[in-house]
Amino acid sequence: MAVGVLALQGSFNEHIAALRRLGVKGTEIRKAEQLETINALIIPGGESTTMAKLAEYHNLFPALREFVKMGKPVWGTCAGLIFLADKAVGQKEGGQELVGGLDCLVHRNFFGSQIQSFEADLLVPELVATEGGPASFRGVFIRAPAILEAGTGVEVLADYSVPSRKPTVQPVEEDKEEFLIRYVLYFVSVASTNNFTLMQLYVLNGYWYFTYQRRHSCSFCSNSGKINSEEKVIVAVKQGNLLATAFHPELTADTRWHSYFMKMVNKGEQPFLLMREMFLTMNHQGLISQYFNSSLFLFFFSVYSFCCLERSFMSSEA
Amino acid sequence: MSGSGVVTVYGNGAITEAKNSTFSVKVGLAQMLRGGVIMDVVNAAQARIAEEAGACAVMALERVPADIRAQGGVARMSDPGLIKEIKQAVTIPVMAKARIGHFVEAQILESIGIDYIDESEVLTLADEDNHINKHNFRVPFVCGCRNLGEALRRIREGAAMIRTKGEAGTGNIVEAVRHVRSVMGAIRVLRNMDDDEVFTFAKKIAAPYDLVMQTKQLGRLPVVQFAAGGVATPADAALMMQLGCDGVFVGSGVFKSGDPAARARAIVQAVTHYSDPDILAEVSCGLGEAMVGLNLNDQKVERYAMRSE
Repeated sequence: MAVGVLALQGSFNEHIAALRRLGVKGTEIRKAEQLETINALIIPGGESTTMAKLAEYHNLFPALREFVKMGKPVWGTCAGLIFLADKAVGQKEGGQELVGGLDCLVHRNFFGSQIQSFEADLLVPELVATEGGPASFRGVFIRAPAILEAGTGVEVLADYSVPSRKPTVQPVEEDKEEFLIRYVLYFVSVASTNNFTLMQLYVLNGYWYFTYQRRHSCSFCSNSGKINSEEKVIVAVKQGNLLATAFHPELTADTRWHSYFMKMVNKGEQPFLLMREMFLTMNHQGLISQYFNSSLFLFFFSVYSFCCLERSFMSSEA
Repeated sequence: MSGSGVVTVYGNGAITEAKNSTFSVKVGLAQMLRGGVIMDVVNAAQARIAEEAGACAVMALERVPADIRAQGGVARMSDPGLIKEIKQAVTIPVMAKARIGHFVEAQILESIGIDYIDESEVLTLADEDNHINKHNFRVPFVCGCRNLGEALRRIREGAAMIRTKGEAGTGNIVEAVRHVRSVMGAIRVLRNMDDDEVFTFAKKIAAPYDLVMQTKQLGRLPVVQFAAGGVATPADAALMMQLGCDGVFVGSGVFKSGDPAARARAIVQAVTHYSDPDILAEVSCGLGEAMVGLNLNDQKVERYAMRSE
């Protein structure tokens, strides 16, 4: 099978090298007609605005949307995640074109500028279940996006707790001092109930800045903290044949994400395996043992045969 | 690994880490800029034009190199207020220049949240002997070089990205070609060298042995390498890419030309499709007047590239 890497801009060489380590040949894709020669696509990291502009110049968007719609496996890292998302915030003035297909709301450049770029060990149970290896994956986040909301059909593969020491910035208009005082009081009360200490409060250029720090706490407290769960953002998802990560597996030596994607590609070739995987997933979630009955099976079987029919119909059309 | 065109620094551990910002994170941003164009801009309006054209980053300046040449005097870091204004106008990474050796300018730029600092010979030198110790910063640095030894010395000082110097503000590509050829040629020589000869080679080019060895193993510089200094047309940009650079800086070439928006867009496309002469021909058409070039045989033209080594 042929795997393409969108080579408009960004880390496409790194992706091709990672594929090569798995013995897979990656093809550079720069034009719409080249998409017809491949069965799976990786959209690499890079500057999403630049990549969107270049795709627009050469009228790539209709072909990319068609590619996603045909159900061929597509994996987006960082900028690629933004490309695949249905909705994105934090874009340039006037917005940018997206390919869409992934039922997510993505915040572009969520963590801030380059100084806030970081590496972190992520817990990836789903990846480990398929690929084995260590329980965590070293995620490299470079001016990375994050997924704020994911639709019901989206499987979350990894999330990340935003460090609570990250300073919060709240713009406050000058004539609303009353609001400000109330806000500070509210903040202090929230902070104290959640084991946070207000470290600093200062004004700079008409903005009020708060810095807060998590107090040293016992294990019981850290488990019960409510803020903790609210600060989690999603950084890796899967929906059908779409895979998306906010970090850059192509920059690390660990090729598990690439091999995971290659399994998705191979599965697309063999529809029966897809069905098996579906049942296995359901079994894994305890759905089959609880709800398995003949009518449910019949329903899924009919959905599956419809998918097969559509697939064969589409391929004959192409 | 040789010839894969990939920067692999992860886990090599040759370079010390400082203040939570690992070297691989610093190099990572440069890797995201690969295959892109970084444009010099002097105000928010120009930054917007650059972003719309598809620049992968902008360099915020008070004067473009061509004006620095024309006006003379001491060139310093730009007003942080201006840089902030440009930063607010666009969503792509914003770079800014600090004088060579002027670490306080770098501290100021770091504190206003700039994405990359260019320790640049285009600005007047602040320290004739020493560069900034770039390991002390969380923000990554890009530095200029004329040859392999200079590039590896800058990387040892903590630069996470290298650009060949060329001759800024001249619109003349000859120096850029000379410097890229010098770096690439030296790497080709190094690759075919016996391991025993690398010690003397490292001494000869005055570069740290471990980085020389790493370059030999990778078959390329261990960080991303852009071209700069004199790029004025899409053909110039594609030439730099075909010579083996990862991307291009365009200084005065865009906003000193007749139609900046069209030229910016053409250069961006030329960098992506650098090996496709049909597209290069198409994008090179009807761009209006290019920037005025300077002949470097003229003794009066100051050589910025000679300012540091």
